[in-house]
Amino acid sequence: MAELTRADVEHVAHLARLGLTEEELARLEGQLNHILDQYKVLATLDTAHIPPTAQTIELQNILREDAVQPSLAVDEALANAPERSGDHFVVPAILGGEGGA
Amino acid sequence: MTAAEPAASRYEAVIGIEIHCQLKTVSKMFCGCSTEIDGAAPNSHCCPVCLGLPGVLPTINKKAVEFVIATGFAIEAKVATTTRWDRKNYFYPDLPKGYQISQYQLPLAAEGRLTFDTSDGPFTVCVRRAHLEEDTGRLIHAELDGRRVSLIDFNRSGMPLMEIVTEPDIRTAEQARRYAEELRLLMQTIGASDAEMENGQMRVEANVSIRPRGQEAFGTRVEVKNMNSMRAVERAIAFEIERQTVAVDAGEKIHMETRGWDEARQSTYHMRPKEEENDYRYFPEPDLPPLLTSPEWLAEIKARLPELPSARRRRYRDEQGLSAYDADVLVNDATAAALFEGAVAADPAVPPKLLANWVTGEYMRLAKGGEGSGAAAVDPAELAALVELVVDGSISGTNAKEVFAEHFATGRGVSSIVKARGFEQISDAGALGTAIDTVLAANPAAVADYRAGKAEVLGFLVGQVMKATRGQANAGMVQNALRERLDKAE
Ligand SMILES: [Zn+2]
Repeated sequence: MAELTRADVEHVAHLARLGLTEEELARLEGQLNHILDQYKVLATLDTAHIPPTAQTIELQNILREDAVQPSLAVDEALANAPERSGDHFVVPAILGGEGGA
Repeated sequence: MTAAEPAASRYEAVIGIEIHCQLKTVSKMFCGCSTEIDGAAPNSHCCPVCLGLPGVLPTINKKAVEFVIATGFAIEAKVATTTRWDRKNYFYPDLPKGYQISQYQLPLAAEGRLTFDTSDGPFTVCVRRAHLEEDTGRLIHAELDGRRVSLIDFNRSGMPLMEIVTEPDIRTAEQARRYAEELRLLMQTIGASDAEMENGQMRVEANVSIRPRGQEAFGTRVEVKNMNSMRAVERAIAFEIERQTVAVDAGEKIHMETRGWDEARQSTYHMRPKEEENDYRYFPEPDLPPLLTSPEWLAEIKARLPELPSARRRRYRDEQGLSAYDADVLVNDATAAALFEGAVAADPAVPPKLLANWVTGEYMRLAKGGEGSGAAAVDPAELAALVELVVDGSISGTNAKEVFAEHFATGRGVSSIVKARGFEQISDAGALGTAIDTVLAANPAAVADYRAGKAEVLGFLVGQVMKATRGQANAGMVQNALRERLDKAE
């Protein structure tokens, strides 16, 4: 049974862009392994006869026609911005480059 | 392997290309915000869905799906009967939800291929997949009151993107460029995307690695991006192959990383370490139900496909007798191709090859000259009529070019220009006879020389007749008529 190591926790923290202290890392290592143990209990269930599903609602093919709907006014769009400058949202600069896309 | 051997023969490059095309829908991928964001005020094309506000639900734009399916058919791919969306998770302020809705396990199209010409002959690239996803917002890094901040504009957030990924089949920088060019042409032909690289409607990324020739295993791959033109694609990849070759030769390790192309320096630079695919922690998007594509819907999309570039090239070459070069020039220029097709339709009696010569020659030369309105004034039927006049000898080739230039600039009818300029060739024997009589009477010495066996004098006499008719005589007819007259009246 694979256990999450300290390095795994540090990696996940990095992906979530979280800066954690030694103490927090130690605590989370314990908590994450505890969560994994609970999944291991779930994994003992026999699901061979149940098809995989990503959906709990029985819907399919919900499409819309390509038509323009009004957008929000700029002030409305920016209403919840932590800070604004002109018509832009302002956030602290994030170092380490862009994500995937 | 010896050091004296050139690097190019010791190593082989392995290249895969990922292309993002902005799809030509009027509304965004999962919301009704307009896609007309060029020049718009920041954050003026946003709604709760594309701002990632809590509690909202995305809805799939049907047309975006149809564009990807159409592309799938155009590259002979398998089009999915069941498809699904997934969340690609990463944290960066250009992504308001903290994930991008993409397709991971069940893309709309898979296992396609695209064949194109290279300087080494035709080359086929296998396309691994084509899928739909949403674009991110745009960040501007700035300084505000002495703090380093990012300014975010979410207008681009949620714009529909198709990502097309090849297998690592490509071996040279040229093949990579040609592939991207052919795909761009395909997108424009289908109408799925304007695919202009300069304004980001088409973004090309290359995964480049090298390995010793004969080795199966791939080397460590480096992702290269920020290439803003086809030329940049070829140069950036060529640079990257050379950089890796020098590094490997020096015993250095290649790092998995993302590098950007610096156009000014003509080199690539380190942007960031590349994340592993696992790091995106993909999982099925619970907010979007799966999509089943019915056979009827697929057939309808397939039936709507226009003639594709490869089929058109083949038709131009095989049915209309054009050279491979002319066929390719026309296929790559929609306006020129329309002019050519229109002229062929207007007068099927004129050989298509001659029409193609005029379109790829005079027309494209003038169109390149810049007068955009001029190109629009050209009437395919008038072009066909003009070429017909040249074919039947009514007008000389040189004069025809002048007529075409005037038609190009003004749109005036060809026959009216020919009349106004007095370009009609004198082809009737009577009018020609008078001119010949005059020339013969004025040049007794030349006549005597000809009759004494100096046949080359004929050229001089033809020239004199052409001069007397101000170039409007049909030179071939003049020569025949002169010969007949001189030989007969001995
Ligand atoms: Zn929106």
